[in-house]
Amino acid sequence: MSLIKETDYGTPTAKSDKQVTLTIDGFTVTVPEGTSIMRAATTVGTEVPRLCATDSVAAFGSCRLCLVEIAGRAGTPASCTTPVAEGMAVTTQSARLKDLRRNVMELYISDHPLDCLTCSANGNCELQDMAGAVGLREVRYGYEGENHLKAAKDESNPYFTFDPAKCIVCSRCVRACEEVQGTFALTVDGRGFQSTIEAGMAESFLESECVSCGACVQACPTATLMEKSVVEIGQPEHSVVTTCAYCGVGCSFKAEMRGDELVRMVPYKDGKANHGHSCVKGRFAWGYATHRDRILKPMVREKITDPWREVSWEEALGRVASEFKRIQEKYGRGSIGGITSSRCTNEETYLVQKLVRAVFGNNNVDTCARVCHSPTGYGLSKTFGTSAGTQDFDSVEEADVIMVIGANPTDAHPVFGSQMKKRLRAGAKLIVVDPRRTDLVRSAHIEANHHLPIRPGTNVAVLNALAHVVVTEGLVNRAFIEERCDKAAFAEWASFVALPENSPETVAPLAGLDAKEIRAAARLYATGGNGAIYYGLGVTEHSQGTTAVMGMANLAMATGNIGRRGVGVNPLRGQNNVQGSCDMGSFPHELSGYRHISDDATRALFEAAWGVKLEPEPGLRIPNMFDAALDGSFRGLYVQGEDIVQSDPDTKHVTAGLAAMECIVVQDLFLNETANYAHVFLPGSTFLEKNGTFINAERRIGMVRKVMQPKNGYEDWEVTIAIAKAMGFDMSYAHPSEIMDEIARLTPTFSGVSFKRLEELGSVQWPCNDKAPEGTPIMHIGTFVRGKGNFMVTEYVPTDEKVGPRFPLLLTTGRILSQYNVGAQTRRTDNVVWHEEDRLEIHPHDAEERGVRDGDWVRLASRSGETTVRARITERVAPGVVYTTFHHPNTQANVVTTDYADWATSCPEYKVTAVQISPSNGPTEWQESYRDLAEKSRRIAVKVPATAAE
Amino acid sequence: MTRPRIFVPRDAAALALGADDVERAIVAALRRRQIDAEIVRTGSRGLFWLEPMIEVAVGGERIAYGPIGTADVEILFDAGWLDGKPHALRLGKPEALPFLKRQQRFTFARCGIVDRLSLADYRAHGGYKGLERAVGMAPAAIVEEVTRSGLRGRGGAGFPTGIKWRTTAQAAAPQKYIVCNADEGDSGTFADRMIMEGDPFVLIEGMTIAGIAVGATKGYVYIRSEYPHAIEIFDRALAVARAERTLGPKLAGSAYEFDIEIRVGAGAYVCGEETALLDSLEGKRGMVRAKPPLPGHHGLFGQPTVVNNVISLASVPFILAEGAKAYADVGMGRSRGTIPVQLAGNIKYGGLFEAGFGVTLGTLVDEIGGGTASGRPVRAVQVGGPLGAYFPRALFDTPFDYEAFAARDGLIGHGGVVVFDDTVDMARQARFAMEFCAIESCGKCTPCRIGSTRGVEVIDRIVHNENRAANLTLLKDLCTTMKLGSLCALGGFAPYPVMSAVTHFPEDFGAQPGLAAAE
Repeated sequence: MSLIKETDYGTPTAKSDKQVTLTIDGFTVTVPEGTSIMRAATTVGTEVPRLCATDSVAAFGSCRLCLVEIAGRAGTPASCTTPVAEGMAVTTQSARLKDLRRNVMELYISDHPLDCLTCSANGNCELQDMAGAVGLREVRYGYEGENHLKAAKDESNPYFTFDPAKCIVCSRCVRACEEVQGTFALTVDGRGFQSTIEAGMAESFLESECVSCGACVQACPTATLMEKSVVEIGQPEHSVVTTCAYCGVGCSFKAEMRGDELVRMVPYKDGKANHGHSCVKGRFAWGYATHRDRILKPMVREKITDPWREVSWEEALGRVASEFKRIQEKYGRGSIGGITSSRCTNEETYLVQKLVRAVFGNNNVDTCARVCHSPTGYGLSKTFGTSAGTQDFDSVEEADVIMVIGANPTDAHPVFGSQMKKRLRAGAKLIVVDPRRTDLVRSAHIEANHHLPIRPGTNVAVLNALAHVVVTEGLVNRAFIEERCDKAAFAEWASFVALPENSPETVAPLAGLDAKEIRAAARLYATGGNGAIYYGLGVTEHSQGTTAVMGMANLAMATGNIGRRGVGVNPLRGQNNVQGSCDMGSFPHELSGYRHISDDATRALFEAAWGVKLEPEPGLRIPNMFDAALDGSFRGLYVQGEDIVQSDPDTKHVTAGLAAMECIVVQDLFLNETANYAHVFLPGSTFLEKNGTFINAERRIGMVRKVMQPKNGYEDWEVTIAIAKAMGFDMSYAHPSEIMDEIARLTPTFSGVSFKRLEELGSVQWPCNDKAPEGTPIMHIGTFVRGKGNFMVTEYVPTDEKVGPRFPLLLTTGRILSQYNVGAQTRRTDNVVWHEEDRLEIHPHDAEERGVRDGDWVRLASRSGETTVRARITERVAPGVVYTTFHHPNTQANVVTTDYADWATSCPEYKVTAVQISPSNGPTEWQESYRDLAEKSRRIAVKVPATAAE
Repeated sequence: MTRPRIFVPRDAAALALGADDVERAIVAALRRRQIDAEIVRTGSRGLFWLEPMIEVAVGGERIAYGPIGTADVEILFDAGWLDGKPHALRLGKPEALPFLKRQQRFTFARCGIVDRLSLADYRAHGGYKGLERAVGMAPAAIVEEVTRSGLRGRGGAGFPTGIKWRTTAQAAAPQKYIVCNADEGDSGTFADRMIMEGDPFVLIEGMTIAGIAVGATKGYVYIRSEYPHAIEIFDRALAVARAERTLGPKLAGSAYEFDIEIRVGAGAYVCGEETALLDSLEGKRGMVRAKPPLPGHHGLFGQPTVVNNVISLASVPFILAEGAKAYADVGMGRSRGTIPVQLAGNIKYGGLFEAGFGVTLGTLVDEIGGGTASGRPVRAVQVGGPLGAYFPRALFDTPFDYEAFAARDGLIGHGGVVVFDDTVDMARQARFAMEFCAIESCGKCTPCRIGSTRGVEVIDRIVHNENRAANLTLLKDLCTTMKLGSLCALGGFAPYPVMSAVTHFPEDFGAQPGLAAAE
């Protein structure tokens, strides 16, 4: 293993079909037209000296080190900004160029500290490298002249330092912030020699609008912007490429290591999902992996009121096996079940569902996707034939009109959000359908052409109104319908959406919109060129989540926006492996690859492979498990890597269900909220400690590689195997690659997938099989997976969750950039500096009416329960709508959410809860009693110092 | 009896010399004397030592008087100046004044003569003939006409205007722009300001022709904020042109559309550099862009854009009206047509002198300019603004011609000529050049950003006789680095004044009397 050094070509790739041939120092090179001389030189191994050029940002031409000579041209043009031309003869080294470069370096070093030996970039500093490359031997100007050596450091950001004394003002950070991230937080202040890099309006990095994506740090050629971890530890010595375990973008990172210690995570340029970009979570928020709260020893207890007792793995696994067997003997085979995690690998998820089906002998397995994207699976399979998004991320670069519905990519999928913003800055049009004024609606250099701030719960009505315009204004793509779709289904749908009740004029008042805006948005989407829909949980987490997914699919088909690059219907998956956990057969009714459990042939395949008989009837869904627990028929649960108490709706109902069970086994990194109700705790391993694969929102299977030994002793898949063994079932896999081999054998869409293949390709998008050995970036080209595209009639049925005099406001929930889901990881990192608590966003008008001031504690009450949270007064939400996040267990936002759910998939209606807000002076009774319980529940009887990593 | 007409300049230079006060005095005198006369505000004729120079119409001719102070007004009336009667301040027919007589005014033909905001007056003096011809031509033919005229960029770079236009004309884009660079920041220059204040319609006409030629429908004039009078007059002229439909849709009865907006600079010299100007126009901080891409392909807001200096554009109506040949017939070598030379600094007869290329520097300074204002011998002349070379008397035979100046390591730039007498300290001037560059550098490229500051320090060491020989070598190295390495002409040309001072005036870089050698 060694440190992976990626080639920096200096300037971005040029996209052209035309090839140009030239010579560089006599060597012939052929590159696409538009390529810079610098990049062309790099492809033949000639490094032209440079400092301001890096291939993640456009050529800038400021450092003047890369000057070259071109035969027949006067002067010394910069190789970064000069494109190649046919027959050009370039010289990169001459006496004149040598002098020039040395003299430029001499100027640089005349304003740079000479502390290389104690500098954190020592050994990895481009300035140092260039001084060497140009043969700088003296600085004739001396060091007494005007300089910046006394400039003060900014250490405000928790993850990196800014030391302007070392800055060479190459603007790479500024340009990375603009071009790569799209936040425009950095600027050059002052002119000439006084030019300095500033965050925001001369604020500290922390106070500025910087989102800590790390692009500037990565771009910096010196130690000016440097990870604090490198300052503390030193330069890494080897690196391992792996996949981020945060959101569904699935970024590739190089885990840069010193021995067993992680020094930093650096986004991998070859990563197909992120192309070398990152966000604050994946780049920096990995400290939880070694947080002192992490539990490293198995623990058991008799009752949930007892303190925990650390035990050996044997004892803990023995307890799991004996308890599950006892419960099954007493209450029947269906009395236990398992929940797989969208945070774990495909291989681990696959094993948990296998454990449930093959060893528990029932189908009581479900996954957290139940509560986020289950409507996506159902809705898209009914219309297109596949339970997944249709595009790869890069497709957005060819979109002309982007419609974002119920998603907030700049917070929740930041790296894709940056890619989308880049396309928007290049001229694509934008429609945002969201109750909140998200950053996409208006932020630096981004402005939505249409923002439809819909009333939560009216998605289907609005989608029907958009479709109404398409159908009644003659905007339907007839040729596409004719060739690709089921004509009868289309006709039925078209006459349905054309009904006056679906007209914008009818829908607008109930959705809180302007009918003209609905019409304009529909026309833009239908006629603006390639139209691409991106959506999130704002679509799915509704009583009509599935209907809305179908509504979007209908709209895409009606306008012919499916089956090529730049278009499509694309779910933005919440967690790193939501797609994978669904693909792996985590749902009670489906085996891997979305094949129904009742299908005899499929079952027979698995029965033969596993050597057991499988139940043909679907098992319990998560909400049904709680119901069954309360009615006494469900008594034991194995939960891997999910915190259902914090993340599932109607917390009181969840906890009542859990409290009624006899053996709950929680496998996790931390004593999470669900562990408060557990009897056995099995310590989990982090994504840094295991091998496996994740599948991101674009169906991309990415490798997760072990960069350090599991601190708890075992990778999570090994623990599941041990449970199976303890229960008398032999799962013999020596490595996750063998699990994937089994998945590939049993799953047609994965038949071409193996770790070997993934090593070769880097990553691959399923379906990957004989028909598509390199995977499938874009689906439904030429024909739909299900044959003809199927239009579904999507009648709008308002949710039963209605505002009234008692609960006059609508609560919708979501997440923010710095925190992730239930916060178990991010709350245990310095990301808390940006979000130390959940806040309730409320419109000034609603706040005024209730006497609520910014920062006040307020009581947030629904018919399910109540909690308290501090208010933030903002016009991001419309009057009548309030919003909060669910990252902090102290808030327990889900105490308030209800048991209403999607009609088809039981996906909870998180996004619509009727609430009332009133001033409050402290936590609710529930919060206090819950806090007591949580504290008590986390007691550990035997203290073993090894668990503490302080 | 015809109503008397009095022409009072309102050019900023005339105003600075009291033209408004004089006008008020004239108005008061007229009222007192119950004379009904028309006062016409014009631009300046460009004879600044005679400002305020006021002209009266006498029998279809104009008679000039100047320079006039407020105290002179009553006396002039008493002397019968409205009838062109003699007085000590009577200059006679302005055209007969030697300074004007020697000129060949193509671009400034109307400046100082016409009512600046009267389109009728503009037309009466040959205005809009060029546009009338242009709307009847194929756009490519207009470009060809300008190319054949030999007109080169008067901002300083001297790039052939027609070729620049052709680049943009041939670029396909939904929107193209004409950008007029009126960020006239060179020391000793005022031609842009004078034409915008004295004959704004000629610029409007020139831009309109450019727009038609390249297919642009929108023009921007980027005027430095230090030119409030030019901004005001030009803005009013735009309103007049729109009202009379020589701007806007279907202009001048044609199928063409063109309109112009003013943008005001914020005081950065570097925004006179065309790409920094485009950044500034886009609302960004004015930073120099690397070329390629050329503005002609990828200019304002990423669209094909012609960026031309005021004088380049203002020369176009003449070329179209009189034909390329009439323009190209004048000049020398590859420098065709006329150039408005601006005589400034320590000079007896400062002002605007438009003539065909080829006049020698010595003729301009000694004969036309009359030597120094101080009466001391001329020692050095800086041509082409703060980044132009200093020429000693020994080079006074250099003709005003782009190539001739370049051959002597100089440049004509925007045509500014600044004269210094024998009291000038050329080491201080060299230091000033570096200092100016340090202050005005946009900070993008290293040679200019750091080099200019180091340049000041190195010159200081030379002047203080610290390691003089080594520091002189270092200064030469630095100048070569800046010249070859800088991204734009600011850093690239700063070495011209420095090295010309070192080369032609080495004695000023020697040990200073009274200073002990520091070594």
